[in-house]
Amino acid sequence: MTTSDWPLWEVFVRSRRGLSHTHAGSLHAPDAEMALRNARDLYTRRSEGVSLWVVPSAAITASSPDEKDPFFEPAGDKPYRHPTFYEIPEGVRHL
Amino acid sequence: MTATTPALTGAALALGDDALVLSHRLGEWAGHAPVLEEEVALANIALDLLGQARVLLSLAGDEDELAFLREERAFRNVQLVEQPNGDFARTIARQLYFSTYQRLLYGRLAAAGESPLSGLAAKAVKEVAYHQDHAEQWTLRLGDGTAESHDRMRAGCEALWRFTGELFRPVEGVDVDWAELEADWLASVTGVLERATLTLPEGPRTGAWRAGAGRQGLHTEPFGRMLAEMQHLHRSHPGATW
Amino acid sequence: MTVPTAPTAPTAPTAPTASPAATAGPAGARETPEAVFDAAVAADERIEPRDWMPEAYRASLVRQIAQHAHSEIIGMQPEANWITRAPSLRRKAILMAKVQDEAGHGLYLYSAAETLGVSRDELLDKLHTGRQKYSSIFNYPTLTWADVGAIGWLVDGAAITNQVPLCRCSYGPYARAMVRICKEESFHQRQGYEALLALSRGTPEQHAMAQDAVDRWWWPSLMMFGPPDDESSHSAQSMAWKIKRHSNDELRRRFVDICVPQAEALGLTLPDPELRWNEERGHYDFGAIDWAEFREVLKGDGPCNEQRITQRRRAHEDGAWVREAAAAHAAKHGEATR
Repeated sequence: MTTSDWPLWEVFVRSRRGLSHTHAGSLHAPDAEMALRNARDLYTRRSEGVSLWVVPSAAITASSPDEKDPFFEPAGDKPYRHPTFYEIPEGVRHL
Repeated sequence: MTATTPALTGAALALGDDALVLSHRLGEWAGHAPVLEEEVALANIALDLLGQARVLLSLAGDEDELAFLREERAFRNVQLVEQPNGDFARTIARQLYFSTYQRLLYGRLAAAGESPLSGLAAKAVKEVAYHQDHAEQWTLRLGDGTAESHDRMRAGCEALWRFTGELFRPVEGVDVDWAELEADWLASVTGVLERATLTLPEGPRTGAWRAGAGRQGLHTEPFGRMLAEMQHLHRSHPGATW
Repeated sequence: MTVPTAPTAPTAPTAPTASPAATAGPAGARETPEAVFDAAVAADERIEPRDWMPEAYRASLVRQIAQHAHSEIIGMQPEANWITRAPSLRRKAILMAKVQDEAGHGLYLYSAAETLGVSRDELLDKLHTGRQKYSSIFNYPTLTWADVGAIGWLVDGAAITNQVPLCRCSYGPYARAMVRICKEESFHQRQGYEALLALSRGTPEQHAMAQDAVDRWWWPSLMMFGPPDDESSHSAQSMAWKIKRHSNDELRRRFVDICVPQAEALGLTLPDPELRWNEERGHYDFGAIDWAEFREVLKGDGPCNEQRITQRRRAHEDGAWVREAAAAHAAKHGEATR
């Protein structure tokens, strides 16, 4: 990294109250304070958000695609976690 | 809507010209900013100011006639805002001085209630609070960054210092306590500069050419060139609509 | 309107509905990464940054996204040329917002490129040293105010025609950036059209200014779709990978079909005597493009190549001390994150 090379930040935007923050993109900034301001200018200039998070990209730990099977496949054969798994007699309400 | 009293018209012109001229100067940065993120930030500030200018000039008359058909001597902006951009530090120094002034002034106007100016001020005060924050953040980083940036920031603050006295010359139709405004401004700017490891410049900032001149239509040499560029196309096609 | 109403306008991007790539292959077989990749592309799924991808796919994406990002930031210059001379405050605000969007689009695209493991600094360095290109269209000058309108209508119009299909590009981050960009670009095209309309309906001088601008920008806009299909070096592979969805000639034809009626509504003519409706093909026929000029500009001999890259390089060099200062401040105050 050269001295002028600013780190990368991931930007998350809450588009309106009641919704969670969603990943919007990334940007460069020298520090968190500036990252927040740059994110405001870049990702909310058309009123796209009411709240922002910025996270150093380097601080994100991601699941690797190689771990795809052991990570995510075991969830696939447990349909009993979903409400549609259960049959309820016709006419029974509020379930 | 046109303002009803001459005093109000004069006030709208003074504040409107400030915003118009500074917006124009910031617009000159487009394509030249030190980093892409700053292209976006400077344009945001310029657009806020242009929006304020359009509201204010419309209180005084037709916005385009006022912007494009007045001669240099009829503009009422302070000399600070017409100063050329210089390097990024000079631009930030101009932003720090002016946005602090605008925030304090608009805050008071917004609180005063019930005048054509207070409506604009209530909206604009949120915008200029952000402008001041932007200027402050950069003053801190340049002042307390590298030796080079420190020197440049200090030079920018010093070069523009002599244009700051004019900010506090009372504007007719703007009913605020100007002495108190100046004291608050000094406290705010001093605080930022100190945190940026800089000191308040010491040179003079009053006197016939230094203070009060812009509000009376006396400007600095670079302003005439700025207007020539800004007005040329509009004036080349009298009566045309765009 | 969010996208141009082309006769065959693609639908808005949708979430993939095909089965996941991991289960797309033969049941039970241990699949090679390449097979997983191919299956995902075939099933119209998105490839994401950490997925395995062929090196050539990655290189091709980096080349295309970088060129696209560079075009956005170089493209700021011809229009910024008129910010300080805009003839009304309304037009000035619109133009400033548009040039700002271009910086923003550059940022979205550099971000997308960075997910492929190249830094923005590296890409900028390649731009500044001529090792990566930007769209040749920006090597033409903006000589009058009407050029701002012509760029919005024709250049942004051509760009949108090119870019709407990219919203469905196989690489996820690029496709997502393009969704955002295309939404914002439609403002650009409409403001350009509106500006030209005001001129066309204005004084005789204004009308002449508009016609002159359209005369100068029409052919370079057609060149924006790239060389004819039989000469395009990257097209076939990019289509197979679904980085690209339509051929150069196909998009160019679509663009001409869109523009002809728009020009009529403007009251301006397009500078091509051979332009006429072909009932049989269901498209407009148009004259031959001067590919020698295209190659000349591409090679660096356009009217503004030198000027554009010099300004870009100078902005970057003049800003070095600012970027260094902010990095030094962050390091001093313990905020550096790497």
